[in-house]
Amino acid sequence: MARIIVVTSGKGGVGKTTTSAAISMGLALKGHRTAVIDFDVGLRNLDLIMGCERRVVYDFVNVINGEATLNQALIKDKRCDKLFILPASQTRDKESLTVEGVGKVLEDLSKDFDYIVCDSPAGIERGATLAMYYADDAIVVTNPEVSSVRDSDRMLGILASKSRRAEQGEEPIKEYLLLTRYSPQRVKLGEMLSVEDVQDILSLHLLGVIPESKAVLTASNSGVPVILDDKSDAGQAFSDVVRRYLGEHVTHRFIDLEKKGLFNRLFGG
Amino acid sequence: MGLLDYFRSTRQPTASIAKERLQILVAHERSERNKPDYLPMLQKELLEVIRKYVNVDQDAISVTMEQDDNREILELNIILPDDSQRKKPKRS
Repeated sequence: MARIIVVTSGKGGVGKTTTSAAISMGLALKGHRTAVIDFDVGLRNLDLIMGCERRVVYDFVNVINGEATLNQALIKDKRCDKLFILPASQTRDKESLTVEGVGKVLEDLSKDFDYIVCDSPAGIERGATLAMYYADDAIVVTNPEVSSVRDSDRMLGILASKSRRAEQGEEPIKEYLLLTRYSPQRVKLGEMLSVEDVQDILSLHLLGVIPESKAVLTASNSGVPVILDDKSDAGQAFSDVVRRYLGEHVTHRFIDLEKKGLFNRLFGG
Repeated sequence: MGLLDYFRSTRQPTASIAKERLQILVAHERSERNKPDYLPMLQKELLEVIRKYVNVDQDAISVTMEQDDNREILELNIILPDDSQRKKPKRS
């Protein structure tokens, strides 16, 4: 049985797809067979972030409708043979997704995979509620910014009431906070909510903090999940996140300002 | 803001304003979320009954549900109008 992880946020543009790409790649690199599904029907983008946009033949909706088999639709990643991508449909609308259809695909995937990462669309409409419906774990991606924190709290309410686990009275979904686009400099200046502030408000287990980083844009420019850029702060932060998710104890990094040495202070680092 | 004000006021960092605003908002939204979904209907029907006897405004009634560790409190708050505006019960 696979563990189903939903990457969600409510608000758009906070880094759900970046996170889904990085975490699924990270799990696969650790040797776990991992599938990552794009639930953003009509506005697919995971394929682009993963760099496999030219290899899309069939999509998630084709599989749900029985127009293609899972094996035909799954795209094997070229960098890691444990990772498979199931792209969203670009032409259909989100009404094509049904509880039964999604359930059947996840059940079939569960037989072959260790982890299934569901990349949720923004909002609280069908794509988003279905992405979280079958989840075992939820990674709530949040920016240190008022509207994102509010929307995350709203998503927590939905996770706790509208998921399969909630409806069937099972053990609730495990919820994790992933704080992204964090800037220790701005926090120090009192311009940005700190990790502690966000945790005080949402009271969630902190999975990690991803610093605001140039590496995220350069990675998406070239279709490489940022976790593969292991020299970058964001890449390292995502590697830590994956290790923490898998149960390792890893100290949080990128939360405090680094003390700059004299050389860096003079020449900029 | 004048130069003097700039030096005089110790301005509150915007992050702490954000935190305060969020704490209030999130607490409010969470309490709304935990309300049973029959509350609006209950409020509407109670209002109908009350209006048979007293001429109260549509928005003069509020029903809130609060929860602490071991009990739930259903609070019903009705603002009655001044004596002069009260509907006299019809004699039958």
